[in-house]
Formats: sequence, C-alpha cells, structure tokens
Amino acid sequence: MSTSIGKRELDDAGRALLQRASGGRGQFEDLVIVPIFAVIAALVLGALVMLATGVDIGTIGKSFVALGKGSVGSLNAISETLTSAIPLILAGLGLGLGFRAGLFNIGAEGQIVMGGLAAAIFAFSFPGLPAILLIPLSLLAGAIAGAIYAGFAGVLKATTGAHEVITTIMLNLSSFLILIWALKQPYVQVAGRSDPISKSVPEAGQLPRLLDWIDPNLRVHAGLFVMLIMVAFIWWLLFRSKIGFAFRASGENPDAARYAGMKSGLIIVAAMGTAGALAGLGGASQVLGVLERASPGFSAGIGFDAIALALLGRSHPVGILLAGLLFGGLEAGGRQMQVDAGVSIDLIGIIQALIIVFIAAPLLVRAIFPWGFRKDKEGGAA
Amino acid sequence: MDVELRGITKRFGPVVANDNVNLVIRGGEVLGLLGENGAGKSTMMNMLSGLYTPDEGEILIDGKPVKFDGPGDGIEAGIGMVHQHFMLVPVFTVAENVVLGVEPTGRLGHLDLKKARAQVEEINQKYGLHVPADALIENLPVGIQQRVEILKVLFREADVLILDEPTAVLTPQEVEEFFGIVNGLKEAGKAIVFITHKLHEILAISDRISVLRQGRITGEGDPKTLDEEKLAEMMVGRHVSFTVDKTPAQPGSEMLRLEKVTLLDDKDDRLIDDVSFTVRSGEIVGIAGVQGNGQTELVEVITGLARGNAGRITFAGDDITHTSVRDRHRRGMAHIPEDRHRMGMVDKFTIAENMVLNSYYDEAYAAPLGSIDWNRVNETAAAFCVDFDVRTPSVFLPGGSLSGGNQQKMVVARELERQTQLVVASQPTRGVDVGSIEYIHKRLVESRDEGDGVLIVSSELDEIMGLSDRILVMFEGRIVAEFDNTGGKADRNQVGLAMAGATEGEAA
Repeated sequence: MSTSIGKRELDDAGRALLQRASGGRGQFEDLVIVPIFAVIAALVLGALVMLATGVDIGTIGKSFVALGKGSVGSLNAISETLTSAIPLILAGLGLGLGFRAGLFNIGAEGQIVMGGLAAAIFAFSFPGLPAILLIPLSLLAGAIAGAIYAGFAGVLKATTGAHEVITTIMLNLSSFLILIWALKQPYVQVAGRSDPISKSVPEAGQLPRLLDWIDPNLRVHAGLFVMLIMVAFIWWLLFRSKIGFAFRASGENPDAARYAGMKSGLIIVAAMGTAGALAGLGGASQVLGVLERASPGFSAGIGFDAIALALLGRSHPVGILLAGLLFGGLEAGGRQMQVDAGVSIDLIGIIQALIIVFIAAPLLVRAIFPWGFRKDKEGGAA
Repeated sequence: MDVELRGITKRFGPVVANDNVNLVIRGGEVLGLLGENGAGKSTMMNMLSGLYTPDEGEILIDGKPVKFDGPGDGIEAGIGMVHQHFMLVPVFTVAENVVLGVEPTGRLGHLDLKKARAQVEEINQKYGLHVPADALIENLPVGIQQRVEILKVLFREADVLILDEPTAVLTPQEVEEFFGIVNGLKEAGKAIVFITHKLHEILAISDRISVLRQGRITGEGDPKTLDEEKLAEMMVGRHVSFTVDKTPAQPGSEMLRLEKVTLLDDKDDRLIDDVSFTVRSGEIVGIAGVQGNGQTELVEVITGLARGNAGRITFAGDDITHTSVRDRHRRGMAHIPEDRHRMGMVDKFTIAENMVLNSYYDEAYAAPLGSIDWNRVNETAAAFCVDFDVRTPSVFLPGGSLSGGNQQKMVVARELERQTQLVVASQPTRGVDVGSIEYIHKRLVESRDEGDGVLIVSSELDEIMGLSDRILVMFEGRIVAEFDNTGGKADRNQVGLAMAGATEGEAA
C-alpha cells in the first residue's frame, strides 16, 4: 500500500482538525483556581492549628505578615526564596519525569546526597582548574553520581522486577551511611577535624552569587540558571523528543508501549538515570552554591519535599517550577516567621502538607469555595 | 414481574445519554435491546440496577413507581444484571461464587457452605443449567462460567434478567445451548432483556425488539416482521451493507510462513502447539476459533511480542523468528491488536500522538536532536482522520474521548496507512458499531487488493466467513482444520464444529 506518512497535502476537512481544542474552563479551574484556594485553605487551617496550640491572634497575624515578608517582601526575601527553590525544583523535575514514565522514585534524597558529595570531592580535587571548567565539571560529576545511584534501582527493576519504591528507599538509607563514611576518609575530611566534614569547595568551583554586587548577603547563585535551563530541557525532553514520547507512553500504558516496540527495560533505566542526574544536579548546586562543603545531613529532606513538589506540579516542568517557587517561598518565609513571631518552623511543614491535601482533593476545594467555579460539575462524566 | 420505564431522561452535563425513553419489560418474554456503542444501552440498564438515578421520568415495577438510590437496589427489587465481563473469583468454587455477598450462615454466624451447595443445586435443577457446584471457576470453560453468572442472579431471586452481550464469548454451538437456557428461563416466567449488537441473534431469540440510537428509542417491533437490514438501519440511521464486496483473491508470493511454531506457558503447557501455515500476498486468511484457544498468543508470536519456544517464522522470505517488535514493524508488518484499550492506544494521549504510537521514531517525523516534528505528525494525523473517517473536532483531543468505533478506526488508520506488506488484524471490529465494521472490512479488503497479505483473527464467525479467502480453525493451540472460502463456499456449520474441536483434522 502506498505510503502516506510524512508530508501530506491537507484539504479543508483536514485543516479543520488542526484547530487546537482549548483546554477549556475545567482545566483552567484545576490548574489555577484550585491551587490558589488550596493555599488559602491551608493558611486558614494553619492559623487554626496555631490557635489550638495556644498562640494568640495577634501573633498569628504577625506570623503571616512575616511569612509574606520573608518570602517576597524584600530583595533578600526573594533571593532566599529562589535559593531554596533551586535544589527543590531540580530534584522535583527528576521525580516528575519518573512519574511520567510510570516510576515512583522515592530516592531523590539519596541521589541528592550522592550528587552533592561527588560535586564537592570533584571540586576540591582539582583546585587548579579555572572556574569556567571547574564549575560545569563539578556539576556534571554530581549529575553522573546521581544518575548512577538511581540507575541501580532502574537496573534492578528492569532485570529482576524489584519495585523501585522499595529499592530507592533502601538506597536513601544507604546514602546517609555512605556519606558519613566518605566524609571520614582522609582524602575527603578536612585536615585537623574529627567530625565528618569534607574539605571546602575552592573559590573557582563555587557557583557565583548573582546579586552580591548589591549586597554580599544575597545568596541566590548561578544555580538558578542551571535550574531554569533544566526546566526548559525537561519540557523539551518530555513533550518534544522521541525518548520522552516513549517515557510517557510507558508511564500511561506499558502494554501499549510494548506493542509499539518500545523496550521497557531500557526506558526504565534511562528514566531512572535522568531522574537521578537531575536530583544529583540539585545536590551539586546546593553544595557548590550554598553550603560550599558536604556535611552529614546536608540534603535536609529536599528530596522528600521534592516528591510533594512533583505531585503538586502534576509532573509538568512548568507546574514543578511554580510549585518549587511556592515551596521555596514557604521555606524562606517560614524562617522569617520563626524569627519575627517565634512560631515553630514545623508549622510551615503543616501548611505545606495541607496545601497538598487540598490540591489532591479538588472536589473538596470546590465544595468549600463556591466562587470562580462553573456550576456544572457533572460535565463529561458518562 | 413487569418493569416499565416511562419517559426516562438522563443527562451527563451537556450529553443526553437517554432521552425520554419508554420501555416495557414483561415476565415470560425476551426483550431484545439493540444499539451501537454509546447509544445509551448501558446508561439505561445502570438506571435499572440502581447505579444511576434518572433525571426525569419514572421506573414502575408491576405498575408501582419505585425509586432506586444506589447499586444493590435493583437486585433487591428483583432486577439482576449479567455483565459482559464476568465477575467471578477464579479460585473459588461455583457454589462459593454464587453465594458471595449473601452467604447463608449457621446459628453462630458461620458460613454454611452445605446449605449454599444445596441451594445452588436446587436452582441448577430447576432451570437445567448443569453447572457442577463444586468445580473451581478457573477450571470451567467460559460458557459454563457465564451460567454461573446467571446462577448468581437467580440465587438472588431476580425476576428480571438483563444479559449484556452474553454471546460475545461463546461458540456457535454454545450459543444454541445458551438460547435453550434463555428459553427455559422465559418459560419459568422470568423477564429477559437481551442486549446485543448481533442482529441475527436478536432476531432468533427475542419476542420483541427495541432499538436505541443516540439515547432515543428509534424502532420497536416484532422480530417476525423485521429483518437484519431494517434493524441495522434503525440502529445506524442509514442503509448498511452486510456483505463484504470483494473479488476472488489473487494470491501472489508468500508473505508469512510459520513452521512448527510452539509456545509454552510457565507450566510447560502448550499454548501454541506445532502450528504451521502461510499467508500469501493478495489473500485474506482468517483464523477462526473460540477465544482462548491460543489465538492471542499466536498473534503475539507473529508480531514479536512473545518468543516462541520452537519453530521458525519467515516474513517475505526473511527469518524473523528472533527479531524485535520494531524490526517487524519496520519491515512492513501492521498489527491491529485485539484489545485497543489494553494495547492499541494510550487513552490520555492525543489522537495525533496515538496516530504515531509505533512510528514516532520514523525518519518522516524526525527533527534535529532527537526531536519529533510535531507539525508533521499533526498534519499526518489529520489526514489519517479524514481518510478513515475518524470523527473528532480536533486531533488534539485525547484518544480516549472518541467513541469505540472511532477509536478502532484510529488504530486501523495508523496501521493501514503505512507502507505495509502484511496486516495482522486481531478482532479488528470488536465492540465496534455496524457502520464502522462495514468501513473497516472495506479497508482490509483494499489492503489485500493492493497486494498485502492479510491475517485476520476473530472469534466472530460471521466476520471470518465474510472476509476470508481461506479459513484456518484454531482449537486448543492447534490448527485443526482448513477451509477454502473462495466465493464464500466454506460450510459455516463445518467451521463451527471445528471451532468446538469436533472434527479434528478431517474437515477440509
């Protein structure tokens, strides 16, 4: 039969089919209105929690003012928000990519640890290299370490069927111990210290601060660009490239992917590897941009927050970017809350959790907030 | 017991699934309900079983209006549903499955299986179902499993039985037996609603027929005064041709050859047992057989989804026994999979994405850096939709939003629009409306006439008889008979018997 894929002349009927169907009101509501109300609901509930724990109304008001001030209220606040968001978004992108490919990777925390550790070791091992080489190579070392570490889980799943949730949790736990062991090795440990802590990243290996010409305390660093490039790259990878098409097909319907001749084992390993590289990059940027050395617990739960982030952003790179800015803001604002109002930082964790609960339950949000939603809720169900 | 639906309307958002439907179901009568997928049959039956509540209108049982609020209310009122997909626990016995959820209990609240067995036997006797009460479901053939489903609703004292596409999984002989059971139930005073899209069956079994189209009753009548053509016209809304127009085959060179192909399962049972046959270019070979006799596995071995344990497969002269799915696809093998939802498409992908599901890597769509040229994909998808009459407002809608017939046309378009040499079509028209069946058959014959080898695997005997130039019958993993069907000369009865394993090796 004559081939007809590739270039085709379209008649009017064909061109009509190329009209983009608008996402419709429902999609707008889900992506914009629901999250806004979810944040409001979470803040209100957070206030109630504070009330319940004996915080007076005045302090609650003060703490919310501090939350706003600490996240977007000043140049320093914005800088802090962005600084917190960088590793969260990088790790979140990796997790989101995994979710798209049908992999529930819990291992970003371990991959961040490995990435950060590798970046630190690489950077202090080659102090003589100029910044233009040392920074990208150190970042690359972090990405590769993360990719290999996540790749273990991928290979195990592809060859033995071991579930990635189990293996990545185990790899997380292992990573903490590997980190402490590595930090005590003479090659890594700072001379003269007995506690596990790595040598410092040389100046040339540090991600330059972007705004230190205004105020040397502004911490936002060049990792911001790495993060933005990765958002664009992952968007391209998922929605424009061949491999991304295979990732998404495998995630949505593994049988259809097999039917289409995609190799599931290869896709699992590739997707895990990419996810690990991103988390590793997140760890590397945290070490090279903020911490300047690796120490026990430097990953600080970023890899776990990133899971929430990826879910909140619906595994879409742009959604993850926005969710990451929100979480970064909450974190920066939370620190301010603690300082100004003396409210526990744990409250921020509660508010984050509540936001996720509400976003995961759009019907609940629609029931609580009748405004802004189209009345007809039954639409399309058949 | 009589049930009446009076002026029933059900809307889902802007979609009117049932529009002012009136229907009477009488005890001692078989009501045939005919309609395409999406015509509103399921919605109507779900209202009868209590799953949905009608927006307007009322349901009357023996003249008294009733209100169903949830699932379970229907069976409570004596309306039982036998689903197309069985809902049985494979490792339980028949009796255990039948009583599941309404178990007879002893004084201490313990399960009284003896009593359950006795009750099951009693129903068995009364309606002549002949189901072994102690057999495990997994060891029973589908025909008997279906009777277990019927037992279940009878056990719950249903007076109205709704049978949803009950014959889809049966051989022609089993259908005859099944009709016997239906008639027995009718004589016992039960009301039967027989839902199907098979026209000759509805004519054979029904006392009255109602046809549903786009949520409305578009025809009602006595089967004695109706024929298949009139019914099809009521169902689709236009004239439909049943006979597949085709000229005698002109077989050319050999496209596909299987030599002693065998496939074992985990327990070393033979799923495919020493199968050899060929398909030539320019001919349609049909593989008839009751579902579950190795056809699924045969297609998987031919398309590369499974590896045979022994034997050799050649495609246009090349040995492809060990090559990948993609290699076979590249060589020009088209594969219409038997279950489009499980394999043939990704529901959440757009129509455009689904149209390139297995050719996205093709050079025709390649853009720099491993990108896909999406503009080209979209244009091609739009052209395919036009060519194959896939009805959608846009190629950017999810494939899952299409109706069943249009989904299947999407899959068929994707497979046939490529440069192909061999088309492997498994259940190419399953769950597809009459109008689309006609169209898909026409395109398959066109592929043949353009020189492709076409292999059709179907459990619909009518489809096999109408399309094939040559018929192979598969039974328990083996090819047990071959028939020449030039000009439709194969004997339908003989094929049916071979499907049941009766004339092993003799009929030819």
